[in-house]
Amino acid sequence: MNLLVVSPILIPLTAAALGLMLWRWRRLQRLAGGIGAVAGFAAAVVLVATVWRERILVTELANWPAPYGIVLVADLLSSLLVLVSAGMGLLVTVYSFASTDKRREAFGYYPLFQVLIMGINGAFLTGDLFNLYVWFEVMLMASFVLLALGGERPQLEGAIKYVTLNLIASAIFLAAVGLTYGVAGTLNLADLGDKLAETDNPGLVTTLGVLYLIAFGVKAAVFPLFFWLPSSYHTPPVAVSAIFAALLTKVGVYSMVRVFTVLFLHEPEYTYHTLILTIGVLSMITGVLGAAVQSEFRRILAFHSISQIGYMVMGLGLFTPLALAGAIIYIVHHSVVKANLFLISGLVHRRQGSHELKKIGGVYLACPALGLLFLVTAMSLAGIPPFSGFFAKLALVQAGLEAEAYIAVAAALAVGLMTLYSMTKIWTQVFWEPAPEGVTDGAAFPDDPSAGPWGMVIPVAILAAMAVALGLGAEFMFRYAMAAAEQLLAPAEYIGAVLGRPS
Amino acid sequence: MELVLAIAIGALYAAGIYLILRRSIAKLIIGLALLSHGANLLIFTAAGLERGRPPLIPEGQTEAAMPIADPLPQALILTAIVIGFSVLAFALVLFLRAFQTVGGDDLDDMRTTDT
Repeated sequence: MNLLVVSPILIPLTAAALGLMLWRWRRLQRLAGGIGAVAGFAAAVVLVATVWRERILVTELANWPAPYGIVLVADLLSSLLVLVSAGMGLLVTVYSFASTDKRREAFGYYPLFQVLIMGINGAFLTGDLFNLYVWFEVMLMASFVLLALGGERPQLEGAIKYVTLNLIASAIFLAAVGLTYGVAGTLNLADLGDKLAETDNPGLVTTLGVLYLIAFGVKAAVFPLFFWLPSSYHTPPVAVSAIFAALLTKVGVYSMVRVFTVLFLHEPEYTYHTLILTIGVLSMITGVLGAAVQSEFRRILAFHSISQIGYMVMGLGLFTPLALAGAIIYIVHHSVVKANLFLISGLVHRRQGSHELKKIGGVYLACPALGLLFLVTAMSLAGIPPFSGFFAKLALVQAGLEAEAYIAVAAALAVGLMTLYSMTKIWTQVFWEPAPEGVTDGAAFPDDPSAGPWGMVIPVAILAAMAVALGLGAEFMFRYAMAAAEQLLAPAEYIGAVLGRPS
Repeated sequence: MELVLAIAIGALYAAGIYLILRRSIAKLIIGLALLSHGANLLIFTAAGLERGRPPLIPEGQTEAAMPIADPLPQALILTAIVIGFSVLAFALVLFLRAFQTVGGDDLDDMRTTDT
């Protein structure tokens, strides 16, 4: 058993268990959460460095050989996403230290946070479909509680929709897993990749593919399955919204990518890729139009996530190495940038006490640094060079032109412009316009001229720096994403590594 | 036997979806429970039904004589039941809190966060 592959699951589990044992000591819970986040990040860095050298790491739990036991597989994509989740987990934990209220902390905020990270890492690493279902549930359970923790009315209303739609998706996922076992007699992803390719019942396999598409589509919040997202993401505290926006939908996208690169390849042109591409384009358009009519900081960001998920799904739909590489860069870029925008909305709320665009204004004058941080992040989201979003979009657009998917390319470019519109709206109303009457910037903290407490500002600054670094260091990022995409498109390597065949 | 179970699964799904589409959260939660039961039964049926042939290898042999009942789907269902149970327990508490906060169980009164 390779401890390195298991550690992204074990470390958060230990931290969560420790936190629960220290239930009555709030400060020690914080400490456990912090140590867990730092250790998890360190383990993820080592994991990525190792996988970059060895390409793929497989570990058989309890040494049961695949396909009988459960395997954990860290390939280039999985380990990159584990690094993203651990990194975002660390930064948002730091932000939470400064922003989460005592009551939420007393009710197990940090242990829950670690359980969430554990579920997400487990979903990224597992090589077994049923195990993927279990990790989904672990992640969902933690997210349910984090969403509802605090029990304010909007939170409860949002949580009902979130819980209901995700439970329905889980039931569909579970049904699909059962049918898959009935068809193939195995649930190991690599083994399934072998067996589904030579099935004698292609019609049923297509049905399964669509069932998975629906189940993961709900989790990823693509058109027309996204309704839980805009009614729940803006309700919890900003730190929770940020970690949700950074990671939860990405697990759905990752599962889609995994399933449609390893399992369902038997008639790609006809069945899935046109469908997936269409879904991607429609998500982009509905998401950005939905965001355009919103007038609340967090609601704009939440609705906008749907359009960004569309880009990632578009990369999967185009199904070329360049397109998948673009999608992978997009996942990383969007986690960083969208989480940062949420965190910034929290800083603005702390200064002015509202998320409604009409009730805030003049932040740029009061605190230029915060304005600059927002500007960098928002420009990156809209895809302005040289920030991270530009290169992600560039790869996708190039791949789209090569594949002659002109409508998708046109949509991607137009949606980029519309994104700029939403971001400009926030910029003008929150940062440039003078504050509305009766609102004094930082009235609650007259003797505090800085953007906010350091615990909240530092994560925001680091994430903004990441958005710049991903743009300036695009070459390295691109090389990694290209290698990961080529690995995805040649599933023989994955299957061979898991089943112990020399490739 | 497959036919009976198939009809039962269909009935569970139909009843579950009908209840989910109602406006009351109490019915919604029963609908969710029925839906997960339907999925569990589906795993059980889809993996193949075999009566009276336990997956045991007779003494002195190295392989069981096929066909045998497959134990794996039952392990899957067991896991899924446990997960479904805990999720449902959480959902019950959540819905109760929502009921107390909103002051009614009509989903139409819970639209303030929609867009």
